Amino acid sequence: MENTKILAPSSPEAKREHRRKLGKKIASRALLYIVLILCALVMVLPFYWSIITSFRPKEEILKLPVTWFPSRFTLEHYAYVFETIPFWEMLGNSLFTTCVGLFTNLFFGSLAAYAFSKIRFTGHKVIFNILLSSMMIPGVITLIPTFFVLLRFPLAGGNNLFGQGGIGFYDNLAAVILPGAIGVYGIFFMRQFFASLPDDMAESARMDGANEFIIYFRIYLPLVVPGLLTLGIFTFQSGWNNFMWPNIVLQSPENQLLTMAFKFFKTPTQVDYGPLMAVSLLMSVPILILYIFMQRYFVQGVALGGVKD
Amino acid sequence: MVSSRKKLSMKAQRNIVGYIFVAPALLFFVIFVLIPLVLSLVLSFFQTDMFFMDMEFIRLDNFKRVFQDSLFWRSIVNILLYTLMAVPLNVICSLVLASLVNTRLSGAKVFRVLFYLPSITSSVAASTVWLWLMNPSYGLLNNILNAIGLPSATWLSHSKTALASVTLITVWQGVGSNMIIFLAALQNMPAQVYEAAKLDGAGPITVFFRMTVPLIAPTMYFILTMTLIGAFQLYDQVYVLTSGGPANSTLTPVYLIWQNSFGDNAGPQAGYAAAQSFVLFVIIMLVTVLVRRFDRDNSK
Repeated sequence: MENTKILAPSSPEAKREHRRKLGKKIASRALLYIVLILCALVMVLPFYWSIITSFRPKEEILKLPVTWFPSRFTLEHYAYVFETIPFWEMLGNSLFTTCVGLFTNLFFGSLAAYAFSKIRFTGHKVIFNILLSSMMIPGVITLIPTFFVLLRFPLAGGNNLFGQGGIGFYDNLAAVILPGAIGVYGIFFMRQFFASLPDDMAESARMDGANEFIIYFRIYLPLVVPGLLTLGIFTFQSGWNNFMWPNIVLQSPENQLLTMAFKFFKTPTQVDYGPLMAVSLLMSVPILILYIFMQRYFVQGVALGGVKD
Repeated sequence: MVSSRKKLSMKAQRNIVGYIFVAPALLFFVIFVLIPLVLSLVLSFFQTDMFFMDMEFIRLDNFKRVFQDSLFWRSIVNILLYTLMAVPLNVICSLVLASLVNTRLSGAKVFRVLFYLPSITSSVAASTVWLWLMNPSYGLLNNILNAIGLPSATWLSHSKTALASVTLITVWQGVGSNMIIFLAALQNMPAQVYEAAKLDGAGPITVFFRMTVPLIAPTMYFILTMTLIGAFQLYDQVYVLTSGGPANSTLTPVYLIWQNSFGDNAGPQAGYAAAQSFVLFVIIMLVTVLVRRFDRDNSK
């Protein structure tokens, strides 16, 4: 860069060279922008199309030729969604299960992570490695057995001490919360944050006779807040978007989550696209709002999760 | 004497506190990971329904049935085909996107945000939208194709195109998060290496293949493994888009396992589905190990 600047005014040859280089640079920039804009269009177009469809009058949805804008905006599909499904109950269920899971993962996950990183009790390495290796296990292997465990849970849902006689946690929101309540990923993730903090703060506090929980809670936890936020976003996102497991363990309409709401508008024989787009957008709004305000933490969660060690 | 006893008790105290702190996590790990892992094998030896009412011990019959079940192997072939399409496409696209936005170009940040947008929404919401986009007659995609003079595609409605269409959708949704991971790796790379290469007159494509790719190999391996394990467990999209059809062309093992254990006409097949899960688990592990070996041979 500096070379070309110095050479630029000196001779006509260098001038031509400079111009050629500049032109090449501008052309490659323009090409890059065109590629980026095309990619962005592919990524965003489905969002645009679902929004437009959700506000389009019913008779216009299945009409040719397709138009890029609706002839008029209508809320009829949203009204239909609110009439057809117990929307607020489903929203409440989604919020409840996600937030409880968020709290347990952050609290118990960071508590264990602190112990693994700063207390160094006998066997902490072995136990941590066992937990870590379980992260590579594909979830499908535990699908049916976890259902069994929840169904036969002692003293739950009419079960006796041996898990007989009742339905355990079946069709209970607890069945959604419990299996993911303390994820190994959260422990692994938070341990990296605690490990980056010095040990001597804990040691001197111990000398002063401070309770270990107070050391964790008052001294170290405030220093890992960025980690907690990142893990929190990550946990919220996966909880909020969870479909397969809730779809297995929840049965009654009033127990369903928002991710299951689409089933009311898409049967094997008929798809009602207007309300379907409306309900998909409604279930995405909370996570989109969160993304807009906490974008940095979304990105950090993914990036840190991928960088090993 | 007194001090050594005190030291010992301090160590013991430390252990007790440590165990108390990890106890909740360990308890949940035992109940929801270890016990299910053991049970996954145990249940495979029984004939039972999803509520485990009448459990009959049938030894290896479930496994024998798995090996003779053409539907199960059809689903394995499907998922292998899907993996072969989706995983390389996902890894290549996300790496290209990461390289494109890894510049000081003004607006690069906006593009990052937009590319990651599909990754934050649920697979269910994304699938419903694509179901609409891929509608054969009223969908946007075919209308765009027709507008530029191309014939309509059958997308999800034909057994020849359905799996590829599902692949498009999952790649669309998956590239954003892998892009972010690649981006983090790219930004961790030493700038001097690039400057030295530039001074030596290396073009951007040479730099990319000769320097960038080898340097981000560990990240590549991580992404490859995780995307692979995820791809083998495709379910949500199939549930929303195709229910495994048409003509079983998008039937995936996890969808089949779900059908056999929890689906509408499941019947007493939960034990059989557990055996199917176990076989699938072994297949996934084998493929993962293969990838790891391939990765090691390559980096030597």
